[in-house]
Amino acid sequence: MKIRFTLNGKIVQAEGRPTDRLLDLLRRDFGLTAAKEGCGEGECGACTVLLDGETVLSCLLPLLQVDGRNVMTVEGLAESEKGRDYLERFAAKGGVQCGACTPGIVLSGARLLQDHPQPSREEISHALGGNICRCTGYEAILRALSEEPGAILDDLLPEPLPSGSDLPGNPKERGE
Amino acid sequence: MSDKRGILGSSPLRVDGLEKSAGATRYLDDLPAGGAWWGATVRSQHPHARILSIRFDRSLAPPDAVFVHAGDIDGRNGLQILDDHWPILAQDEVHHVGEAIALVAAPTREDALRAAGAVEVEYEPLDTILGWESAEQAEPLYDLAMVEGDTEEMLARAQGGGDDELILIEGEYFSGHQEHLYIETQAMLAEWLDGRLIVTGSMQCPYYVKSALQHVFGLGEGELRVVGRSMGGAFGGKEDYPSLLAAHAALLSRAAQRPVKIVYDRHEDIIATTKRHPSHTRIRSAVRRDGTLVAARVDLDLDGGAYLGLSPVVLSRGLLHATGPYQIPNVSIRARVLRTNTIPSGAFRGFGAPQSEFAWERHMDRIGRSLGIDPLSLRQRNVLHPGDSLPTGQIMDESCSAAQVLEEAARKSDFTQRWQQYEEQREMEDPFGRGHQRIIHGLGLSLSFHGAGFTGLGEHKMRSPVTVRLAPDGKLEILSSATEMGQGMLTVLPMLAADATGLRLEDVVMHEPDTDVVPDSGPTVASRTSMIVGGAAAKAAKGLVKKILEWKEEQLGAGPLQLAASQLSGTSGFIASFREVAREYRTTGLPSEFTARNEPPAWQKFDETSYHGSAYPTYSYSAQVIEVEVDTDTLEIHTTHATVVAEVGKVLHELQCRGQIEGGTLQALGWALWEEMKLEKGRFLNDRMATYIVPTILDAPVMDVTLLESPWPGPPQGAKGVGELPMDGPAAAVCAAIENATGITSDRIPATPEILLDALRASSTGAGR
Repeated sequence: MKIRFTLNGKIVQAEGRPTDRLLDLLRRDFGLTAAKEGCGEGECGACTVLLDGETVLSCLLPLLQVDGRNVMTVEGLAESEKGRDYLERFAAKGGVQCGACTPGIVLSGARLLQDHPQPSREEISHALGGNICRCTGYEAILRALSEEPGAILDDLLPEPLPSGSDLPGNPKERGE
Repeated sequence: MSDKRGILGSSPLRVDGLEKSAGATRYLDDLPAGGAWWGATVRSQHPHARILSIRFDRSLAPPDAVFVHAGDIDGRNGLQILDDHWPILAQDEVHHVGEAIALVAAPTREDALRAAGAVEVEYEPLDTILGWESAEQAEPLYDLAMVEGDTEEMLARAQGGGDDELILIEGEYFSGHQEHLYIETQAMLAEWLDGRLIVTGSMQCPYYVKSALQHVFGLGEGELRVVGRSMGGAFGGKEDYPSLLAAHAALLSRAAQRPVKIVYDRHEDIIATTKRHPSHTRIRSAVRRDGTLVAARVDLDLDGGAYLGLSPVVLSRGLLHATGPYQIPNVSIRARVLRTNTIPSGAFRGFGAPQSEFAWERHMDRIGRSLGIDPLSLRQRNVLHPGDSLPTGQIMDESCSAAQVLEEAARKSDFTQRWQQYEEQREMEDPFGRGHQRIIHGLGLSLSFHGAGFTGLGEHKMRSPVTVRLAPDGKLEILSSATEMGQGMLTVLPMLAADATGLRLEDVVMHEPDTDVVPDSGPTVASRTSMIVGGAAAKAAKGLVKKILEWKEEQLGAGPLQLAASQLSGTSGFIASFREVAREYRTTGLPSEFTARNEPPAWQKFDETSYHGSAYPTYSYSAQVIEVEVDTDTLEIHTTHATVVAEVGKVLHELQCRGQIEGGTLQALGWALWEEMKLEKGRFLNDRMATYIVPTILDAPVMDVTLLESPWPGPPQGAKGVGELPMDGPAAAVCAAIENATGITSDRIPATPEILLDALRASSTGAGR
């Protein structure tokens, strides 16, 4: 099938089987290799991307559900100055070691800051519960996110965040 | 910090920091495909079997697919580690589930998997060795012993009651397999170009891979090139195994006549790659009533799996850490690697020391409970101070700070008072009795140490060379085989070179570990990179800068070293002028590189037969207090707080050093509590990420890490190893905490609710409750 969707702010087209994974589409067709396959079964969070502003696991998301929607990867986040500063602060505070889980962690973190600009330790732990990091013991990640000055995704998100957490189950009608 | 005197111990942004957080770092599988085919592996379904036939049914495979089996290996079918008995591809027999039997390659991953499905292997199952009991009946793969004093005599006196003062205390301790679970799975790309083999991949040790490939293909020094990429985690898991994967990729590439890439998916990575050795330790000790350790007999068994691999050196380190940082006059240790029909065990952060120190620290608590001495006092009575000696006879240097870390960890956590309070609470109220509290608390203490660098005379044999050369832009470039796996060597080595020369961090860069360019400065293992390779890098950088400045002095007619002496002050003027001078120097055609070697201390002597002498030049120390909440209904353990005090000599990059301690602590807690690998008939039952449970952020305790500095007399600036130290102690501390809360003796890890329930039942029966 052919699909159209917004990828890091640009409208793009892609073709594939309806069941192809978004992760493979990003890595193979668009050369966006930040999202990783850590487990391929939705356990590790290394493939996390934002779909219509919500964190989703791109290894579990079929192409069918991407049509007409808005996808943001960490490459997109790094294009904005605000995003880049956030990513640099995250590294400067020790949030990065091997870096393989990092693209997923920083997106989950950015999404969290949207709802909780000054997140507590509990809020961070809750938001990042699906992102495995094998290097840091999470302490530096908790430190980095809890010291963030506030939301960073404001200008980058497509529209007001969808309220329900019905993702990734039901693709929204966009009427494009 | 701009003052060069301040660079060590500060925390500059790591060189690869922004690149990694922005997702721009290209790990092996992120590189453009470049026409590479995908490789896949056909694996044994049996723990031990004869291979009757291997058949590749081309009609079921994609048309172009290539197929490789043991018969296609014209060189040595053996993975060169310490011996070469581990086959590249199984020949007549398989010795563990998951062992590689045949390989296929095809244009896409899907095609490769389809081709693998077209291979049929016929087996005749054979008898298996599985579990400790049957392993003990078989011939061990390897064994070691060390004897100091007269342990048997002391134990006999304690046992026979011939000496009223001497008590015999015995214990038995177990630990299980642990999976590294680096987030980036094993990945390798091989290509033959004009008869020359080029291998790129995720590996800790490019020169290990190189020599293993030379062994298999009979290639000369110049006939192959190995390049290590940035790794998405390794923890020892990319020390040994990548050599095997590289051989597989190279075999397939030769057959397919094009580049071939093998990237394991998570399931395959878990079933095929090495694990931490399970351990079984028996300790018999003779102790005075006041808690003074008099004698210890330790029997340490490691499950090596089907092939020897790195087991002898893991065992050696296990033996050398088996009685902890304590003074004991009589010690006798027998250590063995047992053979079983399971996946070969290999290198994993700590390398045998976590297993033996777990057993020893649990035994210390057993001694304390038997004698009614609290954990801190018992350790303080026996802890090593500078000038004391280890059982090997090594005299502890002035930097030995075991007593300080112990005291500081106890003070910061208010250990003894709180421990005592939970003890009393438990005595007053049976935690599992009628009307008990559902959530109860406890805390546990352990003390650990870790020898820095290779064991024994390893560093003397290696004398690691590092080259520093002058790049066209006037920067210094460090050439070494050190690899980046997250630990931060890309930042620390340039910091050391900057510190040694007065240049800035940004004036020094690392060359990628490419065997065509860099010298063999040894593998990136054993917590040795900052200390050993970093020390040599600092020396080489200093040597090169000195040579350049001397040349300039000669030009100017200044007295010898005047310029260097006046300008090595780290001022920005110096840096600007150095760049200029360096550029000028380059035009002269004079040698623009300098090689220095690590020179291990001349006093360090070690007898590899008797295991006496100084096994390591110095040691790092750590004490940790782990606090837990126990759900008395489910026996689920939640770690709430970790107080860690670590002494690693001079701290080089403060934030990264902390990061190592924090990450290692949680990895050790994972090993102790959750990371169970269930084996049934030699097969791991939980061989996916969904079933192999590593700690998430919700499982992590609040970590309070203190770094004490007690530099040793050696380079660089007295820094010692860091990476493995935090793996050694937390498991014993968390078991002690469970015991403090519940009274359950937990001598077996992972201490899952099932294991704890068994122990609870056993102790209730024993106590006649």
